[in-house]
Amino acid sequence: MKNGKRNIFKGGLGQLTIPIVSICLLLLFNLIKGLITKDLSFFSIELVRNNFGNMVLSGNLISIINGASELAVLAMGMTLVTAACGGQDISVGAAAAIAGSMFVKVVKTGSSISGMKVLLAFLAACMIACLFAAFNGTLVAVFKIQPMIATLILYTCGRSIAYWINGGATPTVSSPIISGIGSFIPGVPIPTPVIIVVVMAIIFKLVFHFTSIELFTQSVGINGSAARLNGINSTFIKLLSFIILGVCVAVAGTIGVSRLGLINHETLLLDVEMDTILAVAIGGNSLGGGKFKISGSIIGAYVIQTLTITLYAMKVSSTDVKAFKAIVIIILVVIGSPVVKTWFGKFVGKYFKKNKQLAVKGAE
Amino acid sequence: MQENVLLQMRQIEKSFPGVRALGGVDFTLRKGEIHALMGENGAGKSTLIKILTGVYHMDSGEVRVEGEKVSIHSPQDAQNKGISTVYQEITLCPNITVAENMFIGREKGIWINHKEREKRADEILGKLGIPARAKQQLGSCSLAVQQMVAIARAVDMQCKVLILDEPTSSLDDKEVKMLFDLMRDLKSRGVGIIFVTHFLEQVYEVSDRITVLRNGELVGEYLTEELPQVELVSKMIGKELEELSSMGEGDDKNAEAGEIFYEAEGLSSSETYPFNFNIRKGEVNGFTGLLGSGRSESVRAIFGADKVGGGSVKIKGKPVKITKPIDAMKNGIGYLAEDRKRDGIIAELSVRENIILALQVMNGMFKPISRSEAEAFADEYIKVLNIKTASRETPVGSLSGGNQQKVILARWLLTHPDYLILDEPTRGIDVGTKLEIQKLVLKLAEEGVSVTFISSEVEEMLRTCSRLIVMRDKHIVGELKGSDLNQTQVMKTIAGGEA
Amino acid sequence: MENSKIRKREPLTDTQLLMTITIGIFITMYAVAMIALQGGFLHAQQIFDMLNDNAPLIIVSCALTIVMIGGGIDISVGAVTSLTVMACVLYLNNGGNILVSVLLAIGIGLAFGLVQGFLISYLEIQPFIVTLAGLFFARGMTTILSVNPQKAEHAAFNKLREVQFVIPWLGYTARNGNVVPARIELGVLVAILCVVLVFIMLRYMKLGRNFYALGGNQQSALMLGINVKRTRFMSYILSGLLSGISGYVFMLHTGAGNATNAAGMEMNAIASSIIGGTLLTGGVGNVIGTFFGTLTLTTIKKIVVSSGLNDPWWQSITTGGMLCFFIILQSVVLSRRAKKKSA
Repeated sequence: MKNGKRNIFKGGLGQLTIPIVSICLLLLFNLIKGLITKDLSFFSIELVRNNFGNMVLSGNLISIINGASELAVLAMGMTLVTAACGGQDISVGAAAAIAGSMFVKVVKTGSSISGMKVLLAFLAACMIACLFAAFNGTLVAVFKIQPMIATLILYTCGRSIAYWINGGATPTVSSPIISGIGSFIPGVPIPTPVIIVVVMAIIFKLVFHFTSIELFTQSVGINGSAARLNGINSTFIKLLSFIILGVCVAVAGTIGVSRLGLINHETLLLDVEMDTILAVAIGGNSLGGGKFKISGSIIGAYVIQTLTITLYAMKVSSTDVKAFKAIVIIILVVIGSPVVKTWFGKFVGKYFKKNKQLAVKGAE
Repeated sequence: MQENVLLQMRQIEKSFPGVRALGGVDFTLRKGEIHALMGENGAGKSTLIKILTGVYHMDSGEVRVEGEKVSIHSPQDAQNKGISTVYQEITLCPNITVAENMFIGREKGIWINHKEREKRADEILGKLGIPARAKQQLGSCSLAVQQMVAIARAVDMQCKVLILDEPTSSLDDKEVKMLFDLMRDLKSRGVGIIFVTHFLEQVYEVSDRITVLRNGELVGEYLTEELPQVELVSKMIGKELEELSSMGEGDDKNAEAGEIFYEAEGLSSSETYPFNFNIRKGEVNGFTGLLGSGRSESVRAIFGADKVGGGSVKIKGKPVKITKPIDAMKNGIGYLAEDRKRDGIIAELSVRENIILALQVMNGMFKPISRSEAEAFADEYIKVLNIKTASRETPVGSLSGGNQQKVILARWLLTHPDYLILDEPTRGIDVGTKLEIQKLVLKLAEEGVSVTFISSEVEEMLRTCSRLIVMRDKHIVGELKGSDLNQTQVMKTIAGGEA
Repeated sequence: MENSKIRKREPLTDTQLLMTITIGIFITMYAVAMIALQGGFLHAQQIFDMLNDNAPLIIVSCALTIVMIGGGIDISVGAVTSLTVMACVLYLNNGGNILVSVLLAIGIGLAFGLVQGFLISYLEIQPFIVTLAGLFFARGMTTILSVNPQKAEHAAFNKLREVQFVIPWLGYTARNGNVVPARIELGVLVAILCVVLVFIMLRYMKLGRNFYALGGNQQSALMLGINVKRTRFMSYILSGLLSGISGYVFMLHTGAGNATNAAGMEMNAIASSIIGGTLLTGGVGNVIGTFFGTLTLTTIKKIVVSSGLNDPWWQSITTGGMLCFFIILQSVVLSRRAKKKSA
């Protein structure tokens, strides 16, 4: 009985139903609007020559996929933290600004910018991001402070630390290598951030394949007491989830800096923490921790970006988008609320009671 | 007699899906008596209490308070009808003062007169002799005092029936004495007290009457002074004494097992007193005693599940340190926890994931069991243990209790332990599965695995164990083997020696 | 053990203990600043300036304190403040009436409180998500009303803005010999009134004590006969109401609506509450502590500036450090309480 119901609600996709359906609905909305206005430019993808003379893909769909890159990377890490700790890190934006600043600082030492130096800079960014992530993780795992409150500290002062790293300047970096990371590599028509997201997703897949992090994280998140009695070190698992998020933060920070060619501690990935948490939630993951699907969060990130771009396409200004986003969030969480589900269940139950009784009789 | 009756419950029936929790139970409480409600796990006493306090609704039967038929819909409703409950877990707020805890949620109006409240609170506390002050933060009181504050609240609400659900389990002797004095005081004021506990001595110390439940049925109502302790135990466990003596027990099981596998001296944890214990290779022994006697805490100490206090542990003669579960696991010890829901299953994960969990932890994070291997393991154990599940990918939380238990058993069997601790593996599962588990235990022992078995059902333990360690009130009070291994002797030892 | 029972004075409750620590730290800090940095710290106007500038923050911190005592969180307060300012300024500039503008501010706040409170209490959705959506919505609505800053050009309102309370004897003599009297703005009085009213509500009203019970242990609160859902609902309504009032006070101070008004105010308010001794887990806290928490936060910023750390990053870094200190302090207090319980 219960299984039957679950199948009706969630289809064969399980957790991924909500994000996939939402993205389809958004695209459908654009399609219908396009058909009515006889303007399907939203869906057009074309090869154009960009400023550097490379043939690159362009179009609304491409900018959705490209623009969501940082968000998708952060959402991957956030999913793990959410699953293990049952709470969210609200300092990812600030931490990404720190990582980005470190990246720029290392790149700017010396005169020339070589590939080696960029790699070194990225490693430095990773180091510092992981350091701060470990700080957050320690507060959460050792001091048992709620994640949202523990990360409030870095949220408050992270962007200032980023500013400090670069001595109160917003330096620019221009180099073919940096712009290669932020936009396109010559000869490759796909935006590099998209490629990075794919690479990150593959890395996550491989990590989950070659380690048992996934199983342990879920166990800690679902039932910490049982996990402990089965020998899992939950403090370590929680800390690890934060460190992994730290790496994601460094990657997102690097992409963000490279995209603009400058570090602005105030605006780099501003408000991204809110979007990241939202992506995790839309991806069908419980914000209370436990079972998770990284793929859900990635799709969630694209849902958010699609929504944003759709609103832009409808001539909603970038500042007003938030209000509409809020309405969509509320609709999503209200539908997902257990209370509403129960009400709905009762309603459906009453309505179909007769049919059910008949079915039971038939079965007997 | 009749006008003396305060509360009468007649033919109470209550079923949960698949289980009949109460089948026509009667219960009578008189004015000014302390009435102990006794029974082992699953006897139905907590269901009965919950019906009385409005947490559950009975399927049929009637409840009368002072002769008047009442229907109780919620805990609030019960309080308004003069039925108050004090639970083992304090249901007060530790962050506010004692006085506030006594009056919050039951006064009309918008404003609070703190002075008057505190004055009244101090009066009541003084009258009942409770060593707390009105202005004190509740959290700064000891648990016993917190419990008494809860009682004071109930008394001030003019309660006629006071239910004390396991009130003494976390109190020390001195605190228990204070509580009992308070209970006697209330009794003299005409309050009827229902006392639920698993400490036999306390029942005899304070109660006037005892009602025993077993398997959802009423066994009987007795005057405390007319019911010897041994008889009470046998009534709770379910064998009459005569019948017990005549039963042939003690056929030689694997008493002559191999060398000592595990040995602990002076082992203690944050939850136990120091104790000595050992088990041989291929031996099946058990901790017995009533619920709360410390049997679970002892095996938890062996597994390193609670904070270790002290003592030395040897495995195969070599000293080892076991401070956390993973240490025990690495030494070949497996532990099936008492509370399946809280400490056993990872409900939302699949049967497969639950089965491989312990082995995976032992393998370490970087040697994951491949999907195909895990599936093979899962299929194997689903077949061997006859686990009834839709598939190996079904979330374990959706299985029945017995099958969940088998999944956890499979989890530990997969680690090929040398020593397996099973705490209440048969609780709340059907008879067929119980037998299967008992057979499995014996089979494991034959293969050379040491097993420590805990069960509320003594019969089950007699059938499987060659040695029983008897516990009472957190202390080991005896060890039975060979010809002593029969129900009569076990019950005598549990009850306290005197027959 | 026996001795402690005879002792006359009650040991401090958790709320009192944390509040005392905060007040102690504030006074010490201010005293050290007076001795070491002198300058402005020697004038009473320094404190009045801090109050003048931070009256809205004090009000929303009270809101946060109420919600946090009840075990929840509300991050929409800053955005609602900003929306209120913008809406009221636009209304006044279109020839509105002052009284109606006050009602408008309160109405906006209440509307947010009602909707958010309903979603959180009755539909049991996580407060963070709901109030995050509230934050997005309020910020979005602010820019929909106007992207450009709007200055209030309402004669009567601007008169109201000018209202100041001058205390000559607390003034100081400036370098050029002029006596500058101490000035307090109208908004500060509103803020202090809010603190006092919230204090009375939390201390002497059943509703206030129910917030404590709810935050202390929700299950127990239910068993004690408290309507948990309604109590939680009320905490968010009060929070919304105070955010609306905060918006009006903000407008009195700046006289202009701007999309970036009160940016990050929610986090400052949370920080003030935490520093003031409100426990994140609920059930412990006090608005007097919060009031001093706000002052501590602003004093730290002033000290950082006055002591020559002019670089813009030092302010938030010290705030972060401060927050870290208090959060860990609370964690220690909490675990101490937990240990006592298990012993």
